[in-house]
Amino acid sequence: MFPMPIDHWKPVNRRLYKLTLPLALLVWLLPLIAVMVTSIRSTEELTEGNYWGWPKHFALFANYHEALTTSPMLHYFFNSVMITVPAVIGAIALAAMAGFSLAVYQFRGNLALFATFVGGNFVPIQILMIPVRDLFLQMGLYNTLWALMLFHIAFQTGFCTLFLRNFIKQLPYELIEAGRIEGAGEWAIFWRIILPLIRPALAALSILVFTFVWNDYFWALCLTQGDDAAPLTVGVAALRGQWVTAWNLVSAGSILAALPSVMMFFAMQRHFVAGLTFGATKG
Amino acid sequence: MIDSVPDTPLHQPMAPAAKAAGKRLSPSARRQRRAAWLFLAPACVMVALFVLYPILKSISLSFYSWDGMTDKTFVGLANYIELFHAPTFYTALKNNLLWLLLFLLAPPMGLAIALYLNQAVAGIRLVKSLFFAPFVLSGVVVGLIFSWFYDPTFGLLALILGHGIPVLGDAHYVTFGIVFAALWPQTAYCMILYLTGLTGLNADQIEAARMEGARGWALLWHVVLPQLRPTTFMAMVVTIIGALRSFDLISVMSSGGPFESSTVLAYYMYDQAIKYYRYGYSAAIAVVLFAIMLVYIAWHLRRLLRNEH
Repeated sequence: MFPMPIDHWKPVNRRLYKLTLPLALLVWLLPLIAVMVTSIRSTEELTEGNYWGWPKHFALFANYHEALTTSPMLHYFFNSVMITVPAVIGAIALAAMAGFSLAVYQFRGNLALFATFVGGNFVPIQILMIPVRDLFLQMGLYNTLWALMLFHIAFQTGFCTLFLRNFIKQLPYELIEAGRIEGAGEWAIFWRIILPLIRPALAALSILVFTFVWNDYFWALCLTQGDDAAPLTVGVAALRGQWVTAWNLVSAGSILAALPSVMMFFAMQRHFVAGLTFGATKG
Repeated sequence: MIDSVPDTPLHQPMAPAAKAAGKRLSPSARRQRRAAWLFLAPACVMVALFVLYPILKSISLSFYSWDGMTDKTFVGLANYIELFHAPTFYTALKNNLLWLLLFLLAPPMGLAIALYLNQAVAGIRLVKSLFFAPFVLSGVVVGLIFSWFYDPTFGLLALILGHGIPVLGDAHYVTFGIVFAALWPQTAYCMILYLTGLTGLNADQIEAARMEGARGWALLWHVVLPQLRPTTFMAMVVTIIGALRSFDLISVMSSGGPFESSTVLAYYMYDQAIKYYRYGYSAAIAVVLFAIMLVYIAWHLRRLLRNEH
């Protein structure tokens, strides 16, 4: 183990280490803590100039209530959910099938296709912007939830295919041969043998893709106009313009926007980290 | 760990008989070929429609003058010529480079934090997760938090320094201010990569090195870092891509200003398209950004495909 395990340290250093941990954490998360505290600070206190002291009057309910009701926060939140959930399911479903195909079957162009999927991940998204926007305008889907959902499915499919193809490739091939000998069709092999085996990978990917799509801002800006289909990221960014000085409301909005992905992360931490690092070390 | 599973080939070995028969495949082989394409088709359609086609379309658009509504006019290389004469292009390019250089601080800082946290003490799992939390936040939220942090009248920075600096309003500081904000989640990301890398270290080698008297820096440099090379590679990959893609924070914190001093190619492109309806010109900017990243994509793909053989 590196560095030297703390049990082998001098007692003084050990105590010092344990003492610095919470301090380091405090400094690291200071911006976040400040936002949390501000989100429960009352407006009067902010006008008095108490930005950083401990809040004297708590306005937890008032701030969140105001952030939720004076702007279409709930509407944005709903939009984000309606974009993100189908996008995650869609991208993972398409990528599971494509990854299965690329891992199991040998055919001409297999590697070239795989390279295309991988390469697509690294493309600067700006080069897609104008044609994608135009495409949705022509399809009549511009400024609808469909546009964002469909685009995220397509874009995330590339990343998920890379991940799932590598995962499936590491399973023993005998499983598939055994399935074929038993008379299982190709779909049954995918559905009954492979899918149950890749469940941990699917969980890891869904969490990861959820946060990617939930936090997206660029496509939300490009493919929506006004409030109709705008997700939470756009809504929160707009809060700032509406209330130039109301940092307590902006903070409340930020917390609301961050909550789902932060909660997802804490609930499914192990999967999340597995997803990040699996995709990582394979490159 | 997932990665310790040996990479057994899953490809069905091509039967010699089928090879000899040439195009005449057995019914089962034919069924499998059909299945292969059916499984691939939906993903291929989506990627072709929303990723591949748009790339080609952007490249072709960059040779036209177009406002998005009236007819396109072919202008040859005019967009590129204009771009290479625009001062903002060079500001953007310089800022992209600055982002890249400063962003590369994230892997070493991530490693430092990972080394610091890689101890088995009570509650360390929670501490590690909390250290990672910034990465999960949206760029918009991080941007808002730091804008507030930098506010010259009542921001935290003003409080710490005792006087305000208009970080986001000053052309000299603005890019540094934004990159600093962006380093926060990026360092968290690199940290988690290194924490995972550290758990996979070869304990015997480290023990052996310790026996021979290697300590601290020497041990880190000569024994640990070489073992962490795949992790370092990955941390660099995600950091470089992150630096070149930077958009959200710039958009939220400065909108490329003041006077376009904090713009980067990605933001400049967006600005020209959305604000000025100059689609051909902004396509040209996107193509330049794409060309820069292509060097990098090609290098990465080569590495990836080499591992396949």
